[in-house]
Amino acid sequence: MSEWRYWLNEQRGTLTGLAIFLVMFSVYVANHPAGFTANVVHTAANKGVLLAFVAMAQALVVITAGIDLSVGMILVLTNCLASWIVVGAAVPTTLGVVAVLATGTICGAINGALVIYGRLQPIVATIATGAVYFGLGLLLRPFPGGSVNEDLADALTGRLFGVIPSSLVALAAVVLIIWLPFRKSVAGRAAFAAGSSEPAAFMSGVPIRRGKFAAYLLSGLLAGMGGLFLTFFTYTGEAAYASGSAYTLWSIAAVVLGGVSLYGGRGSAVGAIFGAFAARTTGDMLFAFDVDPLWQPLLQGIVLMIAVSIGSLALLRVRNRLDWFQ
Amino acid sequence: MAMSEIQATSPLFRMEGVSKRYGGVRALENAHLAVEAGRIHAILGENGAGKSTLIKIMAGVVAPDEGRMLLDGQDATFRSPAGASAAGIACVFQELSLIPDLSVADNIAIANPPRRFGLIDRRAQRAIAEEALARAGAEDIHPRTLVKDLPLSRRQMVEIAKALASGPRILILDEATSALTAGDVAKVFAVLKGLRSEGLALLYISHRMHEIAELADTCTVFRNGRNVASFSAGSRTNSEVVEMMIGREYSNIFPPRQKRAIEQGRAPVLECRSLGWSDRLRDISFSVGEGEVVGLGGLEGQGQRLLLLALFGVLRGMTGSVLIDGAPVAISDPAAARKPPHCMALIPEDRKTEGLMLPMTVRENLSFAALDRVSRGGVIDRAKEEQLIDEMLRLLEIKTAGLDVPVGALSGGNQQKVVIAKWLMRKPRIILLNDPTRGIDVGTKQELYRLLRQLAETGAAIVFYSTDYDELIGCCDRVLVLYDGRIVRELEGDEISERALIASALNVEAGHEGTAA
Repeated sequence: MSEWRYWLNEQRGTLTGLAIFLVMFSVYVANHPAGFTANVVHTAANKGVLLAFVAMAQALVVITAGIDLSVGMILVLTNCLASWIVVGAAVPTTLGVVAVLATGTICGAINGALVIYGRLQPIVATIATGAVYFGLGLLLRPFPGGSVNEDLADALTGRLFGVIPSSLVALAAVVLIIWLPFRKSVAGRAAFAAGSSEPAAFMSGVPIRRGKFAAYLLSGLLAGMGGLFLTFFTYTGEAAYASGSAYTLWSIAAVVLGGVSLYGGRGSAVGAIFGAFAARTTGDMLFAFDVDPLWQPLLQGIVLMIAVSIGSLALLRVRNRLDWFQ
Repeated sequence: MAMSEIQATSPLFRMEGVSKRYGGVRALENAHLAVEAGRIHAILGENGAGKSTLIKIMAGVVAPDEGRMLLDGQDATFRSPAGASAAGIACVFQELSLIPDLSVADNIAIANPPRRFGLIDRRAQRAIAEEALARAGAEDIHPRTLVKDLPLSRRQMVEIAKALASGPRILILDEATSALTAGDVAKVFAVLKGLRSEGLALLYISHRMHEIAELADTCTVFRNGRNVASFSAGSRTNSEVVEMMIGREYSNIFPPRQKRAIEQGRAPVLECRSLGWSDRLRDISFSVGEGEVVGLGGLEGQGQRLLLLALFGVLRGMTGSVLIDGAPVAISDPAAARKPPHCMALIPEDRKTEGLMLPMTVRENLSFAALDRVSRGGVIDRAKEEQLIDEMLRLLEIKTAGLDVPVGALSGGNQQKVVIAKWLMRKPRIILLNDPTRGIDVGTKQELYRLLRQLAETGAAIVFYSTDYDELIGCCDRVLVLYDGRIVRELEGDEISERALIASALNVEAGHEGTAA
């Protein structure tokens, strides 16, 4: 096998996610009345970017063979917080942004501490912490409201050079600054190793706890970034329970679409981003086809089901049935 | 070498009075061990003799309750595998310590990956991996392959390369050759001998006597958690060593074969006619009569396991035909294979994943395959279940604290007995065994051999794949040797010898040099 085929094998999940997104987005754009214009791309990017942040956050935890049911609530909490403190002149705004991101990181650290040092099951621990984070958000914003530094918001949600959505640039920067170094760090390697086979990782002397903790920590940070962007888009803070839950659930769908294995040990945050955009497009597609809103949830579910099935097509080719269970 | 000389040199590693208890069970009691540089030290003993605990303590996986360990005269009680590895103790574990979703290179460098600007340097890592693979004689493995895409024997080679890459002073190999092909074993032996002359201390744990005879300089025998004897290799006969291991006379480990009168004109119980599956099984034809034990031999991975899976209905897209009692059958899946009229049973190779549900109880595990026999209308008849289970416990002499303990708490040998009992509860007529004695102690092996014979005498047709030549020689009426998915040789009766088995396994003419004892 030549080198590029190894690369292909390593990136298969991410590339599948990209392919699913491209197919869906092409169908969407082709049926959009305006077609492939900067406006359409801009709107799609801004819609997708929030889920992309949350999906990256989810991917980090899923790679360690965990699952994080609090990511959506961290988004809600940081949104509520940002609507109070990311205001005013340059200095207070900057401090506000730092505080919001620190809050997200602390939320992730709490999750990590409960799972790693408290030895709780990730699914249970994060249901509980998710409720706590939402509760805090609700205390901060019993009613929707607040504001945000609009100059900053407009800069990060607008367009660069009139064509490139700046939210996508921000997303790419986050991948470069957080994901790629993480993946190449010893902690990142440990997170993957622990997700793939924790006993083997232990026997190999891998720093499992450090790796997993780093994954949860960064997960919280990424979800906090999602909350910040939500504030930039809406200019307000709102403790919306349904919205937080939806983000959590769709983030799981997004990582699966992006080729991150729910069994852990395999996948990339880049794949999760593609998965997030693909998941978002399932909703937009129905607008483009002018579907009766009453039918949208049903049809969106079906499109999602088909997309997820693509990943399991390989199972049909299995001739030794024991391979099904590996 | 003489005993006096062994004691004269000062050992690299010394273990003094080390004990370890698990609950009420003493796994290791007052163990003493001296490991010298430039020597291969074999550790022998039945399962449960304390070998695994010994290794785990040396590797920092578990902490000893008492005693001390010295490396170069310094205290060497490690609190984690990472600590042991940093001190220069590397382990090749029987249960692989590789991470399936990472690449070979990632795995080899996992303990201490090369870094540049704080991040892992993939290019340097690859060079390390390539060097380690070459050193282990496994240049054929590409460093970018994912470990889960490699067959077991290749993984084992990666495991060895990984241990070498850490630059150890003491290398511990725990049943490291159990999954290797004969070719690899030869390579690994050459590597180990090379390491010995480089001055490493090697600790070699194996159940295979001929390997120990070829490699070891010093032997230590463990029994019931104590070291019973240390001696230089070659100074004791095999049967003396086995006697030390099991603590009783070792004779007639294999039961006598009954010469059976073959009834003329009667169709064999199981017959295959030019069975094929992709390019892994080709033109396989053979038959097994009532009361016959037919062995499958050859190097590991030549299609033996696949052949058993094919017969049991696991593989799809097979060509050729299978006949039972002379009538062609189409077995769609394992559920159909085990039901009448086929009445097949497959004792799998890996009892932990394919044979048992470890956290579930002995009772539940025993009943799984026979639920339809002990239930009526979907409700389990406890009395009937009890009666069948009782029968099995007696037949196989399974040692368990009770039926309601998790099967994972039993010793390896008893776990394997549960796997076998589970299938015998169905009273199968065709029994397929996939290397059932791997990693089982001598005493349990002996019981299994007797059981096999007993089953054959009651009319079962048995297909028995084993990686242990002695077993094939001692147990089988006929042996089919597979090579590259084909049957290359059929040996019968006195023709079945180690020499003939090795020669045909390597697909060369007889005359190949056997291993020197």
